[in-house]
Amino acid sequence: MLHSDLDRVTKEQPVSGTGSLSRLLPATAIAVGVHATDWREAVRAAGDRLVAAGATRPGYTDAMIAVVEDLGPYIVVAPGFALAHARPSDDVLQTGLSLVTLAEPVAFGHASNDPVRLVVGLAARDHSAHSDALATVAAMASDAEVMGALATAASVDEVLNTIHQFEGINP
Amino acid sequence: MKIVAVCGMGIGTSIILKMNTEKAAQRLGMDAEVEVADIGTAMGAAATADLVLTSAELAPELSGVSAPVVVVSNFTSIDEIAEKLSAHA
Repeated sequence: MLHSDLDRVTKEQPVSGTGSLSRLLPATAIAVGVHATDWREAVRAAGDRLVAAGATRPGYTDAMIAVVEDLGPYIVVAPGFALAHARPSDDVLQTGLSLVTLAEPVAFGHASNDPVRLVVGLAARDHSAHSDALATVAAMASDAEVMGALATAASVDEVLNTIHQFEGINP
Repeated sequence: MKIVAVCGMGIGTSIILKMNTEKAAQRLGMDAEVEVADIGTAMGAAATADLVLTSAELAPELSGVSAPVVVVSNFTSIDEIAEKLSAHA
């Protein structure tokens, strides 16, 4: 994505999103500039957004934290980016995603991808309903310019516009 | 070539790894079938695999697998995955 495109789109009014990620990531599931003192608070912030959007009950947030306690910080799949998730369970009310940007980068203890600036929370009802949305997340995460735009977004609208723009280019 | 992408749950990080492994294989012109497995079912899935991809944290859990276990640091880097695939092609 070109800088000029990004500048243009983020200054415009919010545009509606029709992509698979937009459908699973409502504005209520996004928070920017969250203050987290450690990785648990960062994961909890992503979990709180899933709860706020009606995707999960709070127990799912605890489960996401337990995954990292049990299996390590492998959820930090790319530099600066953690994909917080746990198993499908009764605490997942509907498949959904959340997105939290951190005011200060937080260490998860990952050997090569610390520190984390962006946490995406994933709640899945099954093993497939979210795969199109995850494909978009994966493509965005491999685009350094998009990741930078998300991590430094000043508002929820800026995050949404960056995603909508990306989905427009990569349907 | 059968490749298994392993993560803790089989629903999140391994799906990202699978998608980018398919892109990397395509770039290399490699005929690859990529499956997803969680850490609990990985041993079974890996029994018939030619290659297992996972993270550094989970690799020790897969020490009994006969197929080569390759650690991927950045699951979103098609360059890194392609480099590691070509080393085992």
